[in-house]
Amino acid sequence: MRRGDERCIFTIVFEPMSDFLSPAESAALWLSLQVSAVAVAAALPFAFLTALLLSRQRFFGAGLVDTAVHLPLVLPPVAVGYLLLVVFGGRGALGVWLWSTLGIRFVFSWTGAALASGLITFPLQVRAIRQALDASDAGLTAAARTLGAGRWDRLVNITVPLALPGIVSGAITAFAASLGEFGAIITFVSNIPGETQTLPLAIYAALQSPGGEVAAARLCALSIGLAIVFVAAANLAAKRIWR
Amino acid sequence: MSLEVALKHRLGSFALDIEFVTHGQVTALFGPSGAGKSSVVAAIAGLWRPQAGRIAVAGRVLTEVPKLFVPPERRRLAVVFQDARLFPHMDVEGNLRFGWRRAAVKADAGEISRIVELLGLGALLKRRTRDLSGGEKSRVALGRALLTTPDMLLLDEPLAALDAARRAEILPYLEKLARELKMPMLYVSHQLDEVARLADEIVVLREGHVTAQGSTFELLTDVDAVAGVPPLGAVFDASVVAHQADGLSRLAFDGGVLFVPALPQAPGTWVRVRLRAEDLMLALEEPHAISANNVLACTIRAVRFAGDHVDVQLVCGATLLVSRITGASAARLGLAPAQAVYAVVKAVTVAREAE
Repeated sequence: MRRGDERCIFTIVFEPMSDFLSPAESAALWLSLQVSAVAVAAALPFAFLTALLLSRQRFFGAGLVDTAVHLPLVLPPVAVGYLLLVVFGGRGALGVWLWSTLGIRFVFSWTGAALASGLITFPLQVRAIRQALDASDAGLTAAARTLGAGRWDRLVNITVPLALPGIVSGAITAFAASLGEFGAIITFVSNIPGETQTLPLAIYAALQSPGGEVAAARLCALSIGLAIVFVAAANLAAKRIWR
Repeated sequence: MSLEVALKHRLGSFALDIEFVTHGQVTALFGPSGAGKSSVVAAIAGLWRPQAGRIAVAGRVLTEVPKLFVPPERRRLAVVFQDARLFPHMDVEGNLRFGWRRAAVKADAGEISRIVELLGLGALLKRRTRDLSGGEKSRVALGRALLTTPDMLLLDEPLAALDAARRAEILPYLEKLARELKMPMLYVSHQLDEVARLADEIVVLREGHVTAQGSTFELLTDVDAVAGVPPLGAVFDASVVAHQADGLSRLAFDGGVLFVPALPQAPGTWVRVRLRAEDLMLALEEPHAISANNVLACTIRAVRFAGDHVDVQLVCGATLLVSRITGASAARLGLAPAQAVYAVVKAVTVAREAE
């Protein structure tokens, strides 16, 4: 550690990592965190709406929606990556349209990795939020109505706060799972160091190169540490909020 | 305050066909569980849409199938549910403020402190709802409802989840709401003692239909009403005349005098008195050496045989009373309408202060 620098808590915690990890490896770590954060944040509103729909509404085709939501959990991630390539790839209909009209491109980009991660971990978020919604008393929403709260008022002040433990624990679980996503990312956006090479992809790359076992072991240890921290955080969140 | 309810709904084998209009300040919806009481409350509150019907509170139409349906959040009716339904993510103050903030007419500081004081909520404001006892939860739910300044308060068996001791703790608060705040209420209950204490008017429901309706005074002495619902007994108002040296308080009513164990109320106060039909014995001659404090001279108005017992409707001054005796006693005494008898009162229940 260098002395005499202006140091904040961030550099104190993370600077030693630069001694531990190579620049390419820390790039993979940061990219993983970035991809997962964006994936979870972008999927959260959709996950909440889906959970709300499945928990509070009875409609024709609810079972179908439920099944569709769970597909990414049970499909081989490689298949999900391939399907993403078909839809959002350079020759996919949606991919072509997004690129020509909005200038958005997912393939070979970290945003594509985030899209793949968000999709794979979507069911985890929906399940956690739905569980919290199912457990919270619908009578409370009815009570809020009689007290003068309209639709959005109830959503913001009753439904969301009551589902908050589920939202937080779902988001953390999805984030942790997203850090480990491999198949969908490598299939959809390939393994480009600094752009799409997240931690698992870096481990894979290390194992492919001769003498890379030590680097792979280091990254594995890092992954295990991250997983433990986030799973513990998710459990804590589910327990602590409003209880 | 008028409440007009007409609704029809059919769900499987259960058919609801209810129609009533009341003008009382406190109306009780009385009936056994499964009679459809909660459905009526839900329909009035707008939480449930009947297949057909019309609901109006104080002349304001809230439901008129199919052309009008005011959503619950704009009905200006507050509901107190059996299970209180306090918001667990807010403290007591947060719960109380919830309805107040959204009210069309906001209670001012004076009214707020009056309600808080009346319900004894001052010490609870910072408490979390899960730390409250059952009785405290009921009081907070009541306060939360009142702070929305509703046109009418709908109470859906608010005491049913409480044990007898808690119920006795909350009832006086409800009486204060009725008496001091003059809050129009629809009170749903299957407990006659609650209804007799609170209500001016009673609507009796059974299996989805209105089987009887009338003022509390008339309905409970109506020997021709549907048997068993509600149980008979006179309910009337009497004024406290004096507290005697012998430990009794003397009450005057339109028909005579009643002596009851010392009351806390000052002379001149009106109290509501209940005489259960089972607590009235009949004698053909005035009994003298007797332990009962009250013997009322009455005239028989009607004798109704109902199974193994007989309900005898009596007139005492301008007040109607009912005595329930055995068929054998009625036959032995040869009771008949217009006959003069003496009613020996075994017990008097003083329910509450009257207006």
